[in-house]
Amino acid sequence: MKKLFVLLLTSVLVLSSFTACGKEDGGNKLYVYNWGEYIDPAVLEMFEEETGIQVIYDEFETNESMYSKISAGASLYDLVCPSDYMISKMITEDLLQPINWDHVPNRIYIGEDYWEMSKGFDEEGQYALPYCWGTVGILYNTTLVSEPIDEWADLWDPQYTDEVLMQDSVRDAFMVALIKNGHSCNSQTTEELELAKQELINQKPIVQAYVVDQVRDKMIGGEAAIGVIYSGEAIYTQRENPDLEYVIPKEGSNLWIDSWVIPKNARNVENAEKFLDFLCRPDIALLNFDYITYSTPNVSAREMIEDEEIRNSEIAFPTLSNYNLEVYKYLGEETETIYNNFWKQVKAY
Amino acid sequence: MIYKSLKRIYIGLILLFLYAPIITLIVLSFNASKTRSKWGGFTFDWYIELFQNEEIMSALGNTLIVALLSALIATIFGLIGCVAMQQLGRKGRSLITGITNIPMLNAEIVTGISLMLLFLSIGNILGKIGVRFQLGFMTVLISHITFNIPYAILSILPRMKQLNPSVYEAALDLGATKFTAFRKVVLPDLLPGISSGFLMAFTMSIDDFIITHFTKGPGFDTLSTKIYTELRKGIKPEMYALSTIIFVVVFILLLLVNHTPKEPNKKR
Repeated sequence: MKKLFVLLLTSVLVLSSFTACGKEDGGNKLYVYNWGEYIDPAVLEMFEEETGIQVIYDEFETNESMYSKISAGASLYDLVCPSDYMISKMITEDLLQPINWDHVPNRIYIGEDYWEMSKGFDEEGQYALPYCWGTVGILYNTTLVSEPIDEWADLWDPQYTDEVLMQDSVRDAFMVALIKNGHSCNSQTTEELELAKQELINQKPIVQAYVVDQVRDKMIGGEAAIGVIYSGEAIYTQRENPDLEYVIPKEGSNLWIDSWVIPKNARNVENAEKFLDFLCRPDIALLNFDYITYSTPNVSAREMIEDEEIRNSEIAFPTLSNYNLEVYKYLGEETETIYNNFWKQVKAY
Repeated sequence: MIYKSLKRIYIGLILLFLYAPIITLIVLSFNASKTRSKWGGFTFDWYIELFQNEEIMSALGNTLIVALLSALIATIFGLIGCVAMQQLGRKGRSLITGITNIPMLNAEIVTGISLMLLFLSIGNILGKIGVRFQLGFMTVLISHITFNIPYAILSILPRMKQLNPSVYEAALDLGATKFTAFRKVVLPDLLPGISSGFLMAFTMSIDDFIITHFTKGPGFDTLSTKIYTELRKGIKPEMYALSTIIFVVVFILLLLVNHTPKEPNKKR
């Protein structure tokens, strides 16, 4: 009897400690889940000052870790900023709610091109507000290559043995091989994927390393001649090492967009809409562009960029019609498994 | 002669492999350029920016508070547990020791995910009776206490076994109450075990990433989770500066600890 009482008492104590931390909730708040280093902290402060809404800001490092938190319902967020293919996956799984565009009047500052691109993963334009975008291309060191690089096939050139850096991510690696073969980077046919896998295995002796964020440092330091990189990083590396040149290969490439979405279980939808509207304001978008250095879809913000070189940079703002660019789509669980298995085979070969 | 110099080279190699990464980090924390492959001149800028960066500072604060509280509470729980285990028979004691050791050997990711699931299901139950529940400081603290308790027990229990029970009984015979006898006779003898248990728990808590990652909620970050989110855009040099400071503090602490006089009860 006494033991039971003690057990009861402790459980009450533990439970009350939970509720204590839950109760303070409910004021004027907004829960935001974004990539690390993906917003100017000053923007958050300005928003809090102007609206009186307290922003609880959290960061993730990959689409996948974000997805596992959202789908498990571990934390309730009002706004999340995933990439294209992840958004289409979340739409298919009914994790998102449509945004009421009437409450986001500043969306008009987002260029028509980007809404069009968005339709690749958000067919009716209901769920996603474009935030940052870029291309995947080749960064090369002009002093270390014999002639200008302009196609993916150059990454297979034996004269650059041990000088090539590839991205250590399934989709990006397969995108390179698929597009080199003239296929879509959203390919679902096993033969095309098999072929791409074989290409990647053939390429292995030439590759120095599969890397994530070390491309920047390695290229700046001249440790490799050629690397696959995101356009947003290319501008930064060029600033540090003027010998570097960025090119979107002529076969085509991937265009990625990170967009804001509102999860189905969001509790402060109104505040989320206010925040989205705030982010679309050209002066705010400009602040974010300066901080993140990834291309902004906000046309008015782009016009306000003072540095002419950046405003008209073909890296930051390529003329989209000149290139054959494609957005990643969610390919379904089955195809995803094939990709992952093939990728494992490439890495283990 | 050759043997001796070989020995030196061997030791030197060990030290090099142990400390080369840390030295690299310290050097980079003074590098004016953001990238590791270029030396942009000597600067203290990152240290200044570090202290002005509210996010890093609050993550540091969280880390220290969680580490201190969880180590403290875990040590108290561990101490109480050890006292209780002392009263058990040999079989019971080895059973309990085994049970408390399992979480320590268990993979962290298993502990992390199971704690998250536990919190979520508690949250579900609470949600049904209308109480809103969220992962955050409290859940991280509870998780840290959970995985710290075995470390506290591990360092207190051997001390406990060395105790001479007659001393405690003598104190009782001389009229001390049970609690006074424990406080004045047993506790001082246990102190080295308690303090090393506390330190161990403290470092494990600061060190932890995986369990924190699974049990933390929005707006709450410790240093390890904060650094991890910077992965995509590159870790900022402020973090190098912070790590340097932490290393120096730990180094000084270590020197101090090693210079304290030897425990008086070490005599045979």
